[in-house]
Parts: sequence; structure tokens; C-alpha cells
Amino acid sequence: MLERVGSRLPDELFRYAMIACGLSVAVLLGLILYELIGNSSLSLHQFGWRFFTGRIWDPVNDVFGALPFIYGTILSSIVALVIAVPLGLGVAVFTTEMCPQRLRAALSFSTELLAAIPSVIYGLWAIFVLVPILRLYVEPGLMRYLGWTGLFQGPPYGIGLLAAGIVLAIMVVPIISSLTREVLSAVPRNQREAALALGATRWEMIRVGVLRNARAGILGAVILGLGRALGETMAVTMVIGNRPEIAKSLLAPGYTMASVLANEFTEATGNLYLSALVEIGLALFLVTIVVNALARLLVWSVTRGLPARVHAQ
Amino acid sequence: MGVGIEVESLNAWFGATQALHDIAMRIAPNHATAIIGPSGCGKSTFVRCINRMHETLPETRVSGKVRIGDMDVYGNGTPAVQVRRHVGMVFQKPNPFPAMSIYDNVAAGLKLNGFRDKGKLDEVVERSLRMAALWDEVKDSLNKKSGASLSGGQQQRLCIARALAVEPNVLLMDEPASALDPISTGKIEDLIFQLKQNYTIVIVTHNMQQAARVAEFTGFFLLGNLIEFDKTEKIFTNPSDKRTEDYITGRFG
Amino acid sequence: MRNRPTRRDGISWLRRLNDHLATAAAVAAVLLVLLPLAAIFIYLVQRGIGSINWAFLTRTPTPVGVPGGGMANAILGTGVILAIASAIGVPLGIGAGVFLSEYGRNPFGDAIRFTADVLNGVPSIIIGIVAYSLVVLRQKHFSALAGGVALGIMMIPTITRATEEMLLLVPVSVREAALGLGVSRWRTTLSITLRTAAAGIVTGIMLAFARVAGETAPLLFTAFGSQFWSANINQPIAALPLQIFVYAISPYDEWHRQAWAGALVLILLIVGTIAVVRLIASRGMMKGTA
Repeated sequence: MLERVGSRLPDELFRYAMIACGLSVAVLLGLILYELIGNSSLSLHQFGWRFFTGRIWDPVNDVFGALPFIYGTILSSIVALVIAVPLGLGVAVFTTEMCPQRLRAALSFSTELLAAIPSVIYGLWAIFVLVPILRLYVEPGLMRYLGWTGLFQGPPYGIGLLAAGIVLAIMVVPIISSLTREVLSAVPRNQREAALALGATRWEMIRVGVLRNARAGILGAVILGLGRALGETMAVTMVIGNRPEIAKSLLAPGYTMASVLANEFTEATGNLYLSALVEIGLALFLVTIVVNALARLLVWSVTRGLPARVHAQ
Repeated sequence: MGVGIEVESLNAWFGATQALHDIAMRIAPNHATAIIGPSGCGKSTFVRCINRMHETLPETRVSGKVRIGDMDVYGNGTPAVQVRRHVGMVFQKPNPFPAMSIYDNVAAGLKLNGFRDKGKLDEVVERSLRMAALWDEVKDSLNKKSGASLSGGQQQRLCIARALAVEPNVLLMDEPASALDPISTGKIEDLIFQLKQNYTIVIVTHNMQQAARVAEFTGFFLLGNLIEFDKTEKIFTNPSDKRTEDYITGRFG
Repeated sequence: MRNRPTRRDGISWLRRLNDHLATAAAVAAVLLVLLPLAAIFIYLVQRGIGSINWAFLTRTPTPVGVPGGGMANAILGTGVILAIASAIGVPLGIGAGVFLSEYGRNPFGDAIRFTADVLNGVPSIIIGIVAYSLVVLRQKHFSALAGGVALGIMMIPTITRATEEMLLLVPVSVREAALGLGVSRWRTTLSITLRTAAAGIVTGIMLAFARVAGETAPLLFTAFGSQFWSANINQPIAALPLQIFVYAISPYDEWHRQAWAGALVLILLIVGTIAVVRLIASRGMMKGTA
């Protein structure tokens, strides 16, 4: 009797220790929120909601308006998604439905590589390879043929919102494609067979038997890509131009929430300045949390996203 | 009037494994033909070769001839898509499209083939659902309920309606009732009785009593070979082959 | 009548065209995506390979204008920071993974799992701000420790997920064999279950490594970077990605050249790690798991 009671104690301790580890994840999230709110309280009190509608960012005169960063973040993310969503979906559909078996491993390794390249290396490549191409060939072309839209005006610097959007797109494609692949694979085979048996061509089978069923999950993958684009820092910082202004043209330099943090955090003199920056961080944190949570829920609804079951072997 | 199926020297492989050996059969038009045999004997593979579904799996191969009426199924000029358009298939596990309404499910095959006329679609949908004995149960919620919200038996009848809507000549059924409860099974069997007047039906079943109830002809498969093919009555009362007799009397499988 | 298949019933050319167009579009997408991948690797090798030499790997930076010099301190710094990060991230990550797989098959576990996923999506620069607030503000100076804390936090969700998945792959029968022998639950988990899943967990840790090794943003105001050789955890320290960033945005050609070299070293480390992981996984060295 005593022996059994004695041996129960370590089990209980172990269980509590593991629970503590599990809880640490939640504690960390709470800690992040706490620190962000704590360090931005000065700015929160000073500016209130006007912080997010103010267009002027003038640290010298203690004027802090975050709208240019919000604008830059949203716009660069939209450009990124416009490019990345069709590409990511295309890669996913190809990999799951059209790819010959022997190429599949190589293709999935390639997308894994794309996802593994650090942001700073994307930025390095973008500065020295992408930007000159944009400046010399792409942007003048865009200005000439699509300038009437108002989206492509101003000197072709090369750096700017368009460059940032393109680099973001490259970085976001692997996320969209790998998650969409997961979602498409979760559609049961007999849905595909139902469409084929009705006399559908392969594309029709994909459309009716696969994509239609996976709609929610695909949306989740796209939103997850958005979440990544919103918070991406280094590559964007290196090519966006770092000018806190709102311009209609995609060729203009801009600034994102993450970039201003990267650039100005260590230069922040004065508590208000620092506090304003942390407030931008807080906003970014909250937005990405909401976006990511929404995306995960959507993906889960298609894949019933629990991890591998315990094998009853 | 009806369309028969002629199978000659049909062989099929999964990778290196041969699943069907030299199958030859003539399936009578406007009758129901049952395919029976123990698990793994090739009955599903056989039926899936008729509408060229077998080749949709990776590393599969088929050789031989199959004719459905005048159509040479494996002929050079016959696209697989066209074959499947003329052959309806109902699967073991009901697979209605969950993201579509009942109406859209039935109309799916027609829409794929270019039918857009709403009046015509309405007509065909109603006719198909009536033929599948499902119309009365769903006529008020055609566009409101999704295909997956029905019970198992109803889902299977929906799949039958979907297959019938494109007006096939032949209906292939791969163990259509094995995932259903006895009452739904009974309904499906009644349905087959009705349908065989107008369609050529091939039904795979592991339930011998079902074969006896529903089909005029029966083929017994074993290890990828067609052992015996005859009137159902003869197969079950006086089989020619000992192996058939062993299977019927439950000695294996 | 519907009976005889007629020529009219063949598939329309439009449907066939759509089918081909769809295939072409998918192939085009794949090519467009592989293009930047190839471009990046080609430029990395082209511009970086010439500058990687013994001097680069063993010397510290020299003042601008003075040739030679390398990124030895940055490589060391990355090692130091990753070591600190692992000390934080690995135990907590494995612990959380054990919790989720052994004690977390319930709504509470679901909530933690969800939280870990959310934590994974937090932008790395925000983690940097938090580490700044927790460590730098308190110590009143930048340090390798702060950088390690930031990266450690980032490692946790990856390791947690990997640990959980690997533990779940261990068959129930293995656990039951141990419990049936009278081994206590905690012993079973540690000595039997974890040991069986060990190879898989190690690969998960390596993947987490590969991910945070390239992170720059969280180090910007924690480790801060340095031009000097140092392994002191209480001082600012250089790190490979940080150095690459600083050199890349500088106006000096010599530093640009070194940035490419550093980038090549970094990508080789990361790709190497991933390749090893894949090798372990494909060789099925994860014995005992399904």
C-alpha cells in the first residue's frame, strides 16, 4: 500500500511539471501582451485612437501618427497576395493533382527550401538583383503602359512598395502552397472518383471534386499567408525605401509597421518615441494574432487539424 | 433497345501484380448482372475497368477489349471521359458532393456537359430523383440542404439520381448497399428492380442473397479469374464448378 | 433517344481546351515559383563563393577601407546565441510537447495547441521587443542573453509541435508494455516513449534551429551586433544574419562582398541542416515508430 502511494508522487509531480511546460506557452503569449501594453502606455495615453489616424510621423517634434505604416503594411501585403495566391494555388494543385510521382519529392523539397531561406538573404538578393531589374526594366515599362491607372507614377527608384510586395510574394508562396497542399490532400479520394465517374475532365474533377470541397481550407491558407506578410520585417525593410508617407503610386517608397520598428527602435530617444514604437508593435501583434487564429480555424475545419493519432498497432 | 456489354480477354494490373486474368463475358442488356466472389477476387477491379476508372489509380494497366453497345471502350479514338459519360457509377461509400445542394448534386453531371437551360435542368433533376425514389423526401429542400446532410441511405439514392441524370446506358454499382442499414438496403434493392427495365446494371456484391434477389445473371470471380457465369438460379442451385459450389455453401470467403 | 452514344456526345473542344489551359497555368505557376529560388541560389554562389576563404571564416571585421577581415565573430556569436536559445527553447518545447501528447488529449490541451500555433505566427520583431523589455531594459544594456531569450521563445512552438507528433507516432502497445511491467507513468514517458521518438524529436529541434538561425529582426535590439570577437553573454554580440544585414545596407562595396559571402555561409548551414533532417527521416532511423 505504502509503496503504491509513494510511487504515485513522482507521477503527479511529473504531470504537474508537464502541465507547467504546456502552460508556459500560454504564459508567454500573455507575457508578450503584457510587456507590449506596459511599454506603450505612455503613447496610448497621449494619443489614444488618433495615433492610428495621424499621417505625420515626426519624432523630432514628438508628433507620432501611425497611418503611413498601416498603409504601407496593408498595401505591400495586398500586392504580395495578388501575386502569391494564384502562384501558390497553382503549385499546390499541380503537386497534388497533376505532378508525376517521381517529381513530387523534388518539388516539395524546393518549396521547403524557399521557406527556409532567411528573410535577410531575401533582402540581400532583392537589393542587389531585384531592385536594379525593377528600376531599369520593369518600372519604366509599367509607367509607360499602365501609368494611366495612377498606380505606377513617379521616378522609378526600384525600391519602394512594389519591390517590397514582390519579395513578400516570393516569401509567402511556400506557406500558401504547402498549406493548400495539406488541405487538398485531405479531400477524400472518393470525391474525385465521383466527379470522374460522371465524365469530368481532369480539370473539372479538380474544380468540382477537390477545390470546391476545400474552399474553407484554401481561404485559411491564404489568410495565413497574409499573416506572414503583415509581420515580415527584414526583406521589406531593405527594399521599401523607409519613407513614412502615403502615396498612391506603387513605385513610391513607403514604410511598414515592422520596418519602422526595425529601423528606429535603437535610435529612439525619449520615452514617448519608444512608447510610440512599442504601440505600433502592439497593434501589429494584435492584428497578426487575429489573422493567424482565423486562418488556423479555417484550415482546421477542412483537415480536422488534430495531429497524427496514436497508432493502435 | 438496351445496350449490352461485351468483354474480351480483359487483363488488369496493379503495378506488377495481375488483378484480372483473361476475363470474357457478355452482359445482357436491360438486366441486372451480379458479380460475386471473396474479398480480393477482382470484382471491383473488373467493374472499374468497364468505365475506365481503374486507370485513374497510379501504376495501373489494362489490356483487352470492352464494348458497350457500339462503343469500343479502350479504342484509340474513344476518350475515357466520353466512356464515363455513358456509364453511371455508384460507389460503396456514398459520395455526394458536400459543398453542393441536393439539386446541384443531381445536376452536376449535366452542368459539366454544358447543359445550362434551367427549365431542362429542373425537369431532369426531378425525373432522376423520382427514379431514385428520393423525390418525395427531398422535394422541398432541394436547394436548401447540402448533399451531405442526408442519411446514409438517402445519400446513396442521391448518388444514384446523380448517375441517372446524365442518362447513361449502363449503371455500375460497386457494393452499393454494404455501408447501409437493412431498411435502406431493401430500398436500394427495390430500386434496382425498377431500374433494370431501362438500364443495363452490373452490381458487385459480397452478399449472395442480394445477388439472388436482384440479378438475373451472376458471375463468380476468384483470384482474378472468372470461374463461372450463368443464370443466377443455376449458379446458386446447381453450379457447374466445384469452386463456385464451395463459395456458395460458405466453405470459404 | 439516349441509347446509342453518338458523335455529338463527345467532349466539347471547349472543355478539352479548359483542361489543357488549367494544366498549362499550373505548370507556369510552378516554373514562376522555381525561378526566384534558382536565381537566389545562383547569385549566392556566384557572388559569395569567391569571398569565402580561411581569412573570412577566422578573422574579425576590419575597419572600412582596410581589406581582409571576416565574419568569424559573427559565426561565433550565432553559435553562442543559439546555445542560449536552445537552453530555453528545447526543455520547454519538449515539455510542452510531452504535455500535449500524454496529458493534452482534451479541450485544455486543444487550447494550448492552438496557442502554440498562434505564438508561432507572432512576427519575430515583436518577440524582439519583448526580449528587449524583459532583459535589455532590466540589464540596461544589450546582450547575447537577450538575443538568446528572443530566439528561444521562437523555438518553442516548432519543437512543441514536432515533439507531440513524434510522441503520438509511438504505438500504444509500446507504452502498455512498459506500464504492464510495473513501470510508473513518468518513467515510461521519459525512458520508453521519449527514447522511441528521440530521433524524430531531434529532427524537430534541428528544424527549429534552422529556422531561428537565420532570424535577424529579434536580434536587432537584443544582441545588437558587434565588430569584436566576444563570447560574453552579457555583452552585445555579433550574429551572422545581423552582420549580413548591416553590411548589405551599408554603402561600401567591400562590405557588400562580405555580405554575400556571409549569406552563402548561412544558407549552407541552414540547407545542410534540413538535408540532414530529411536524410534521417527518409532512412527511417526513427525506429519503433509507425
